[in-house]
Amino acid sequence: MWSGFSLRPDQASTIAKGVDELHYFLTAVTLFFTALIFFTIFYFMIKYHRRSEADRPAEIEGSLPLEILWTVIPTLITMVMFAWGSSLYFRNSRPPVASAEIFVVGKQWMWHLQHPEGPREINELHIPVGVPVKLTMTSEDVIHDFYIPAFRVKKDVIPGRYSSIWFQATRTGTYHLFCAQYCGMQHAGMTGWVYVMSPTDYAQWLSGGVKGESMVDAGGRLFSQLGCITCHVADKSGRCPPLQGLYGKAQKLADGRSMIADEAYIRESIVHPNSHHVAGYAPIMPTFQGQISEEQLLQLIAYIKSLRGEEGKAPKK
Amino acid sequence: MSVIPAEQLMDKRVHYLNESYGVKSWLFTKDHKRIGLLYLASITFMFFIGGAAAVLMRLHLIEPQGALVEPETYNKLFTMHGVIMVFFFLIPSIPAVLGNFLVPMMIGARDLAFPKLNLLSWYLYMAGALLTLSAIIAGGVDTGWTFYTPYSSVYANTHVMAVAIGVFINGFSSILTGLNFVVTIHKMRAPGLTWFRLPLFIWAMYATSIIFLLGTPVLAITLVLLGLERLLHVGIFDPKLGGDPLLFQHLFWFYSHPAVYIMILPGMGVVSEIIACFSRKRIFGYGLVAFSSMSIAAISFLVWGHHMFVTGQSIYAGLIFSALSFMVAIPSAIKVFNWTATLYRGSISYDAPMLYALGFIGLFTMGGLTGMFLASLATDVHLNGTYFIVAHFHYIMVGGAVMAYLGGIHFWWPKISGRMYSDGWARFAAFVIFIGFNLTFFPQFMLGYLGMPRRYAFYPAEFQVLNVMSTAGASILGIGYLIPLVYLAYSLRYGPVAPANPWGARGLEWRTSSPPVTENFEETPIVTAEAYAYDEGREPLA
Ligand code: HEC
Ligand SMILES: [Cu+2]
Ligand SMILES: [Cu+2]
Repeated sequence: MWSGFSLRPDQASTIAKGVDELHYFLTAVTLFFTALIFFTIFYFMIKYHRRSEADRPAEIEGSLPLEILWTVIPTLITMVMFAWGSSLYFRNSRPPVASAEIFVVGKQWMWHLQHPEGPREINELHIPVGVPVKLTMTSEDVIHDFYIPAFRVKKDVIPGRYSSIWFQATRTGTYHLFCAQYCGMQHAGMTGWVYVMSPTDYAQWLSGGVKGESMVDAGGRLFSQLGCITCHVADKSGRCPPLQGLYGKAQKLADGRSMIADEAYIRESIVHPNSHHVAGYAPIMPTFQGQISEEQLLQLIAYIKSLRGEEGKAPKK
Repeated sequence: MSVIPAEQLMDKRVHYLNESYGVKSWLFTKDHKRIGLLYLASITFMFFIGGAAAVLMRLHLIEPQGALVEPETYNKLFTMHGVIMVFFFLIPSIPAVLGNFLVPMMIGARDLAFPKLNLLSWYLYMAGALLTLSAIIAGGVDTGWTFYTPYSSVYANTHVMAVAIGVFINGFSSILTGLNFVVTIHKMRAPGLTWFRLPLFIWAMYATSIIFLLGTPVLAITLVLLGLERLLHVGIFDPKLGGDPLLFQHLFWFYSHPAVYIMILPGMGVVSEIIACFSRKRIFGYGLVAFSSMSIAAISFLVWGHHMFVTGQSIYAGLIFSALSFMVAIPSAIKVFNWTATLYRGSISYDAPMLYALGFIGLFTMGGLTGMFLASLATDVHLNGTYFIVAHFHYIMVGGAVMAYLGGIHFWWPKISGRMYSDGWARFAAFVIFIGFNLTFFPQFMLGYLGMPRRYAFYPAEFQVLNVMSTAGASILGIGYLIPLVYLAYSLRYGPVAPANPWGARGLEWRTSSPPVTENFEETPIVTAEAYAYDEGREPLA
């Protein structure tokens, strides 16, 4: 029963230490005020214990200076907490530009993870130590939550949209991966392990085992299988917008708005084509909702993202 | 206090309890005091059902792989525990039992403004409670008390609809009670009872009623939308139909955060009364304490986003919700300091109600301070959805609200029942509850910091030690809650007869006999002093 017992969670990411320092500060404030209140109450209880039934203590109305004091002091302390917590959060929520990307799909009751290079894992995540990693996550069904306590990161994984987190592991080892949002019967079983490996071990892991095709290749295959290619590449009538260079572009819409073509935009184009229409094109794109899994959608998006360069040029693989 | 043989006194006087007999005289009563007792019986029943679910859960968690039930059943247990305790115990507890009983008496009125509506609210409560209980007997529901979509709207195949309707109906009982209190407090105060002479309990009831009126309709709307979604697939919350699952969380917490204050503000009111009485002092800084109740009620509507920091809501929204959440803590801190300062140079006695009230201050302080960890963005990311949250809100809602409720029951029991209970047993129970509570929930703070998620039917073995401690605490706590049931019931028959004012308290409710006559007062009292004039030798205290 005592095996593995500890009062401190592992600190295994770049942000863990900062979060813990704030946690300790908050703990210190909590202990101080709890002790202050307990001590004062006990002291008063003993000192002013009723000695005779006829006791009639003199009234004290209150004291403005005192009340101002104990309004201002907590206000100041909470302002420090707020500033500290927020600045840390701000820093922690911006992924470094050069992050490795991994894609996560939550599904009752397991985690599917894909590396762009090809390897796919279930309930296991292998990452290299010392490298920033960005996860793009979505859910096939209900809301889940991707939580790695040792990294102090957590984010809801929500159907119909992409959420992301990033972290940079600082220590090799094996850490818990939990689902932290109740998602049905086997919620408690929706757990796994994060393996933080040295760069060489990681490279070995990537090249070994069942490699499978890369996400871009898988996406390219789907692009022809699902018939996207018949419109977006083969159709030369100009009825369909070319997809080269789409990713990251500010796309002009038929209703006059303009939207940045990010992952969410591309996803909507495929799943809910009627949610927005590109200026100059008739709304003839069919919906693919229900025909593609979230994992396949991520592959298609990876493929479309890879279509850079001049129009008409063959997409690079 | 004087002890007079029961038979001599009780049977001669006519009062609200013996004025008429029979089931009908209770089921059709319009007397706010009797309605309060109807609520007392029903919520006590619900409390022990919800408590039984908690005991089963804690026993189950004694083993990492789960000792008692299947995960499916475990999920139903925590849902049932949450739904019953929040909607059918905590929310109605102090307002519907003590509020019903005391609001008219404390302001020198004969009854609430709308006695029939008051009875209707009890029937609505019962309808909601029975529907929910029957859904549980029929197989239960497994969405958690938070009913998050799209799990609740699409994927759950348990009795979501029945329970949602139960909670929906029950909401109207809250709304009617709130309406009744607001009108009563505005319109029916005794001559001379100005706003700033009102007992702080009345201020707390007033603030709570405002939240009932403004918040509960939003819960009702949310549940209707959930029902429409589940039955007709209208696509408000389901992303497959173009809906937004997070919209549900916004709506749900827009009610449910203020609901936290529905649970705690009344407790603060009770504690103010008790502290004043047992230290024979005016509450230190009465004005500020009353004002802080009102500002808590107002700000509580603006902080719901702190439940959603990890949903991917915009960073800037997160910042604002974090700042406002820190702000709502200030009035609570002020109250704690003011209660403590009230003791200064008082004449303090440690009767059972006072022990509960002091226990409340300590546990509420811890609950409030641990809330800071969750208002602060960076630490919330780690702690959200873990046992830390569970511990935090139990410190507020059990350590705070339930302690205050029990304190209130003990304080006004002589008035309600006309009998005195055993003070020794009552103090002993307060002590057992305090110890059991801390042993149950303190380890959960540590579990949460270590990263154990809530709502887990089984868990990694390294969390076992703390879970076993928590279960041990829960067994003590469970026994602690049973003790008052025994000695309070015993007092009804064998307790010494209570005098009109056993504690030497100043409130108007103590100026009438115990138990009061149906009309509350033989003649309308006239108020000439503020609520806590303990120094004036106008009348003997005991
Ligand atoms: C029947 C022809 C057709 C097929 C098949 C088709 N599309 Fe489209 N697609 C269109 C048209 C026409 C538009 C622009 C109309 C609009 O925006 O409503 C479009 C728009 C898009 C856009 C947004 C482009 C932009 O410039 O903003 C994306 C991304 C896209 N399609 C991807 C796909 C993918 C992936 C598939 C296969 C799964 C696919 N399409 C299949 C006709 C098609
Ligand atoms: Cu889950
Ligand atoms: Cu809240």
